[in-house]
Amino acid sequence: MTATTHEEHHDEIPTGIKRWLFTTNHKDIGTMYLWFSFIMLLIGGLFALVIRAELFQPGMQVVDPNFFNMMTTLHGLVMVFGAIMPAFVGLANWQIPLMVGAPDMALPRMNNWSFWILPFAGFMLLAPMFVGGNFASGQGPAFGWTFYEPLSGQYDKLVFFVFAVHLLGFSSIMGSINIIATILNMRAPGMTLMKMPMFVWTWLITAFLLIAVMPVLAGVVTMMLTDKYFGTSFFDAAGGGDPVLFQHVFWFFGHPEVYIMILPAFGVVSEIIPTFARKKLFGYASMVYATASIAFLSFIVWAHHMFTVGMPVAGELYFMYATVLIAVPTGVKVFNWISTMYRGSMTYEIPMLWALCFVILFTIGGFSGLMLGVAPADFQYHDTYFVVAHFHYVLVSGSLFGLFAGVYYWLPKWTGNMYSNGLAQLHFWLSTIAMNLTFFPMHFTGLAGMPRRYADYPLQFTEFNVMSSVGAFMFGFSQLIFLWLVIKTIKGGEKATDRVWEGSHGLEWTIPSPAPYHSFTTAPEVK
Amino acid sequence: MSQAAGGYYLPEPSKWPIIGSIGLFLMTGGFGLYLMGMSMITMYIGMAVLVYMLFGWFGTVIKESEGGLYNDQVDMSFRMSMGWFIFSEVMFFAAFFGALYYIRVFADPWLGGAGNNLMTHDWLYPEYTSTWPTNGPGNVGGDFQTMGAWGIPAINTLILLTSGATVTWAHWGLKKDNRSQLILGLFLTVALGFLFVGFQAYEYIHAYNDLNLKLTSGVYGSTFYMLTGFHGLHVTIGAIMLLVMLFRSMKGHFTHENHFAFEAAAWYWHFVDVVWLGLFIFVYWLV
Ligand SMILES: [Cu+2]
Repeated sequence: MTATTHEEHHDEIPTGIKRWLFTTNHKDIGTMYLWFSFIMLLIGGLFALVIRAELFQPGMQVVDPNFFNMMTTLHGLVMVFGAIMPAFVGLANWQIPLMVGAPDMALPRMNNWSFWILPFAGFMLLAPMFVGGNFASGQGPAFGWTFYEPLSGQYDKLVFFVFAVHLLGFSSIMGSINIIATILNMRAPGMTLMKMPMFVWTWLITAFLLIAVMPVLAGVVTMMLTDKYFGTSFFDAAGGGDPVLFQHVFWFFGHPEVYIMILPAFGVVSEIIPTFARKKLFGYASMVYATASIAFLSFIVWAHHMFTVGMPVAGELYFMYATVLIAVPTGVKVFNWISTMYRGSMTYEIPMLWALCFVILFTIGGFSGLMLGVAPADFQYHDTYFVVAHFHYVLVSGSLFGLFAGVYYWLPKWTGNMYSNGLAQLHFWLSTIAMNLTFFPMHFTGLAGMPRRYADYPLQFTEFNVMSSVGAFMFGFSQLIFLWLVIKTIKGGEKATDRVWEGSHGLEWTIPSPAPYHSFTTAPEVK
Repeated sequence: MSQAAGGYYLPEPSKWPIIGSIGLFLMTGGFGLYLMGMSMITMYIGMAVLVYMLFGWFGTVIKESEGGLYNDQVDMSFRMSMGWFIFSEVMFFAAFFGALYYIRVFADPWLGGAGNNLMTHDWLYPEYTSTWPTNGPGNVGGDFQTMGAWGIPAINTLILLTSGATVTWAHWGLKKDNRSQLILGLFLTVALGFLFVGFQAYEYIHAYNDLNLKLTSGVYGSTFYMLTGFHGLHVTIGAIMLLVMLFRSMKGHFTHENHFAFEAAAWYWHFVDVVWLGLFIFVYWLV
């Protein structure tokens, strides 16, 4: 392309609300995804604080049990589908075109549609909560985020829940198709698959997982819909169906779903550690193969969520062994990160702090996952706070910390400004300490037998629950520091260089900070 | 925007996606309101908005395509997207096929006391013997008969297989720039597609009126109607896609090297064809 067409077409950025409603720009869409997910994080966090307020002491103080159930349900759903997943799609939107040297996403209009379905789906999920005029009589879903049948079938606003899930799935599938097409079709000349940044690789595999399992989720909620409103018997034993069928189909989606939420975080960490260790990523090829193996295994382990449901022993054994096998590729990743740091010239800038924290705390979550994967032991842990501790270690100190790491890594590139180191340190340390204070005691309450999803508990669990509640409020309010920091950084601050970090590599660091509205309109050459 | 000749085409900001979101929201939300006992008007408005969006959005894409704005790389993006979209559809059907498999191979024998479920059986459903087809220990929906494989379903199999051949024949015509072969092939395919849907509708009426086989006939009715129903819906969508291709062919769209939309519709058609073979074997034949 010639310089003149470049000048002509480098038109002004559209302004006002229309810019955001009609945009086909991957950076705008990425920004919207990130803000949407942060708002959902705060809403889901608020729900968590209601739970922790109620559980601060034994007995019923703050809310009634149905409302408590509504909070546990919506906390999970909002965090999974509203906060974590869209946030990673936001990172993908911003970063993948920049990292592969593409002018934009492959299908920019569909990209806009993927985002703009989300607020409507979120509304449909949350709106029943307000039916009846006040919260206490709200009629939101109250059957747990896993919406097991037959309990969920008794919810009389089920149809809105089902369609909210359909819309979310539709959005995810379109978003993933776009990501795959961008990665496979839009790479700069010379960037072979095995030269792609790790973040791009992990997203390629994540997008594949999403396309494979979101339709299955759509299928299972469709069965719920017809069971409730049109008289089918998928989950009704009287008609020859089986409620356990629900669990099988749900977890066939559900287990890959946990990798959907963690693989992009693996990618972020694999970008950050080499930058601040000033060494190349150790074992790049093995990282790629490990990610692919994890994705493959994720399809054949789902019933480890159902050990206590009454499966044949052969099934228990198979799902146990297959599950434990996942530790191998995951271990490859953890050792690769450690080996990357070994004898590196390490510095501890903010993204690196989050990444290090990720490696340590995610590994704790991985280990407790192994414990849960051992079928005979799981009979003790099942549906206790030990499970809650496990998945919050992988989802908070895993996925969410991975997201924070990514935002702190790329924020200077997005805004053109460096953020306040002091505020960022405060956010990091408060979050890390609070996270452990909240969730570490849950291992103990769980092992001692405290069941999850109850609004009340026996006296002997009080001390640990007090700790968890104090930690949760600390964690929740620490996120306001992050909000303030981001707004401050957008408004101004010390100017960031193009390269931003001394040890950074990759195409995204070759363009100016802030990244111009249109980047790589001419494809760069990768050697 | 930067869309110099030879570059990757990046569209201007567009109103169609947000209109599509509003349409989806009104349609699904309106259906929900209907199930809550309200009128269906919101749903119809949503459907109208969606149809408006589909015309507008696809119209824009067709104009851009015919205007020569898409280079080979854009074409490849479309191809990949359609392929992965079909894969997502395959997985949607896999959920229902999986449910059928699980019920037949595991859940139903267990209800009859197989495996380690003898006591459950004796206590809960001592009268029930595991069998397929079944509407469960509760005889939900009452006694029913099943649809034989070698009547209409076999004819429908023949129809779909033939239509797969005619659409390929149309494609050959397009590649040879033989427009009348393209149009005739597409016309035959669309006609066979709607014939299939017609037979399917006739079969449903027969099942409801004469066999007492209904959506509510226990788990057999559930799997039968959900699988064949979703398939029928996809046949309808595929036939409409091919109909659009037929109109476009008659207007002179497509060249022998530039006809992704036609191929996408053809891929989709082969996909519904393959799903049907699965249905014919596992739903009708192996009863
Ligand atoms: Cu799992």
